[in-house]
Amino acid sequence: MTFYVIVEGVIAFLLIAGGVFAFTGSLGMLQFKDFFMRLHGPTKGTTLGIGCILIASMLYFTVTQRELHVQELLITLFLFITAPVTGHMLAKTGLHMHLRFFTGTRGSVPEFRDEDVGQSRVARPARAKHPWKHRKAKRSRLRR
Amino acid sequence: MLDTALMISLTLIVLAMSMNVYRLAIGPDIPDRLLALDTLYVNSIALIVMLGLWLNTKTYFEAAILIAMLGFVSTMAICRYLLRGDIIE
Repeated sequence: MTFYVIVEGVIAFLLIAGGVFAFTGSLGMLQFKDFFMRLHGPTKGTTLGIGCILIASMLYFTVTQRELHVQELLITLFLFITAPVTGHMLAKTGLHMHLRFFTGTRGSVPEFRDEDVGQSRVARPARAKHPWKHRKAKRSRLRR
Repeated sequence: MLDTALMISLTLIVLAMSMNVYRLAIGPDIPDRLLALDTLYVNSIALIVMLGLWLNTKTYFEAAILIAMLGFVSTMAICRYLLRGDIIE
């Protein structure tokens, strides 16, 4: 009986940790100042949170139905493989479109080719806006 | 204990999804909205898995893996469209 109590505690801890990590990743995506900072939250925090929740589900179904369930591990591995690829492609897209960035964030790396970065080698800095304190901010156009 | 943890985690995931929708609405550029959509599908996978935990069924697992694969492919397609102006060259 004490085995089930321990496993239940582990599952509850994994669920709450996953929820907190996913919440933190989305909060970072809402709250940070420019796109390249906003990219950090979902690609790391949210992925770890989803991994925790899927492993909790795997443990629960393994213990309650008394057979090994590895299907959730499949989703976990798929997400852990695809999240860095998505982050890389999104960062390349942001560099290509010359998004506004906060001056602390470094813009483009000179080793990139022209087709990755666009025409000018240095993206132009601009003062970043807070997400909801400047609602009247002019909508930045796409500069090709 | 498990029900309480599940309710706390569901609340946090729903709050995270509402923040993603807010960023999707106010995002100043197209990659911001794309990042918000990407995070939204990842959070919806967690929501579906926790629905399966709540109802004690394994029925929703296929929906979760389908959302994972289609979300990755669609994000890649939109990224390539924004980068090159074409998806399959």
